[in-house]
Amino acid sequence: MSEALKELGAHIEAKRTECVLSWDVAHDELTMDVALSNLVGFVEFLKTDQTCRFSTLVDITGVDHPDRPKRFDVVYHFLSMYQNHRIRIRVSIRDEDMVPSITEVHPSANWFEREVFDMFGILFSGHPDLRRILTDYGFRGYPLRKDFPTTGYTEVRYDEKQKRVVYEPVNLVQEYRQFDFMSPWEGAEYILPGDEKQEEAK
Amino acid sequence: MMDGSKGFDDALTGEQKIRNFNINFGPQHPAAHGVLRLVLELDGEVVERCDPHIGLLHRGTEKLMESRTYLQNLPYFDRLDYVAPMNQEHAWCLAIEKLTGVEVPRRASLIRVLYSEIGRVLNHILNVTTQAMDVGALTPPLWGFEEREKLMVFYERACGARLHAAYFRPGGVHQDLPPELLDDIETWAHEFPRVINDLDGLLTENRIFKQRNADIGIITEQDILDWGFSGVMVRGSGLAWDLRRAQPYECYDEFDFQVPVGKNGDCYDRYLCRMEEMRQSTSIILQAIEKLRAPEGQGDILARGKVTPPKRGEMKTSMEALIHHFKLYTEGFKVPEGEVYAAVEAPKGEFGVYLVSDGTNRPYRAKIRAPGYLHLQAMDYVATGHQLADVAAIIGTMDVVFGEIDR
Repeated sequence: MSEALKELGAHIEAKRTECVLSWDVAHDELTMDVALSNLVGFVEFLKTDQTCRFSTLVDITGVDHPDRPKRFDVVYHFLSMYQNHRIRIRVSIRDEDMVPSITEVHPSANWFEREVFDMFGILFSGHPDLRRILTDYGFRGYPLRKDFPTTGYTEVRYDEKQKRVVYEPVNLVQEYRQFDFMSPWEGAEYILPGDEKQEEAK
Repeated sequence: MMDGSKGFDDALTGEQKIRNFNINFGPQHPAAHGVLRLVLELDGEVVERCDPHIGLLHRGTEKLMESRTYLQNLPYFDRLDYVAPMNQEHAWCLAIEKLTGVEVPRRASLIRVLYSEIGRVLNHILNVTTQAMDVGALTPPLWGFEEREKLMVFYERACGARLHAAYFRPGGVHQDLPPELLDDIETWAHEFPRVINDLDGLLTENRIFKQRNADIGIITEQDILDWGFSGVMVRGSGLAWDLRRAQPYECYDEFDFQVPVGKNGDCYDRYLCRMEEMRQSTSIILQAIEKLRAPEGQGDILARGKVTPPKRGEMKTSMEALIHHFKLYTEGFKVPEGEVYAAVEAPKGEFGVYLVSDGTNRPYRAKIRAPGYLHLQAMDYVATGHQLADVAAIIGTMDVVFGEIDR
């Protein structure tokens, strides 16, 4: 399995040297880092090339790495039902970059790209209908970014007096339970309560 | 008023007064199978455009998962496709096992196959019978739900919950099955083909059912590729694509089963495929029971190690085991850095999990790939040109469940 994928990776790299930045095979899966420019051409090549024939788009998603200069990874998964293999394409982009839409090549990318836009705020150029998809009508912010709080900013309830649904800022009765799982024996970056006295004693 | 009755004066003849009609289908409609809102543009009774509005059941599962440990995340998967919960858990467990390199013991693997197939039957019964209800038959759901009830009792006897099982765990399954349960499942599996035949007798040659389903929502091979279909949506059109066969996971390669395919790719063929898949699943269930009873099928049901709890008896005597148990259920286990995509052939199609781990006890990012998401996306393409009444039939055979689409 891995051997075949390595061959495939070498084949794609040889054919499209200018697109492929790097590739490797891990856990029996082929992952390829690809340049943002000419992404559509590369996807088209994967679809039409006879050894690849990645004709089914499985998934598009984003990953947020706020500490990197190229903040987002946009990850594409493709499947070939004819050759029976899979590939993962990864494109790293900066906050302000736009990703070319691949809806022309794979119509099924439409909702996936809408979802990535909805969740991460990544814009896709050339997308026919880039609306929000999963979040509420009139929602603000991009929930799957790491700097978006899990609780969100607004909450919804039905107001008996006004006889309508009202939006209010989130008001938690109890603090959201975010546990710190880092054990103090394994290099915690904070001072345990009581430990500061140790310094004073010296 | 969108029907033109309020008047517009620029029309000269009666014929010009006809305008397209926009209607909202759902979100509260029994044939919408949940909270689907379709904005339909109709020309008379013919659908011109169909815009699905989804997200009414969005719970932010993927965001929630980022702040919980791997084990705490498992029950979220029951709540995705709540018609066949264990199949979803399976994908999550496979993803974790792939990253951590845990080998599942044979007995656990067999139990997983057994319960995945029970899940498939659960799903197909619900789908076939409620789709029949959408096109006008009332008896099939009444008969089908009786069988579902029996299967949910099997769920309950294995894990204590009828639906939200949390039974498949990374490294195996939570508890072993008692021998009486295996006996009862076997008895059921011998009786079940009769129920399928009854349903068959109600529907397959039924004139109304055929008229409502045959030649409706035809999917070609090109459509499958363009819209990323999987599962029965592919097999109904004649492509024998089944992940259990094509990219075997667990121990499916040991089982003897057929992959039914349709010929015309319409709603009727997809119905026939589902019926046959139920028969195949029943046969897999019987094979799994036989393998579970064989001497090779005995043994532990969890790969004992870092990701699984120690045995209860061991905890009574060993301090280390007790600490391990405590640490596992508070801090959780750590998964090595990396990324992985694991997919299973869920009853609805390819259900996948893309997991990015940063080496801590919580997933850095987990993306859930639901088959229904892509199927519903093609609604505009498939339904355009059909009549309004066919929309219900198409939604029915697309097998959409909003737990997994909206996540």
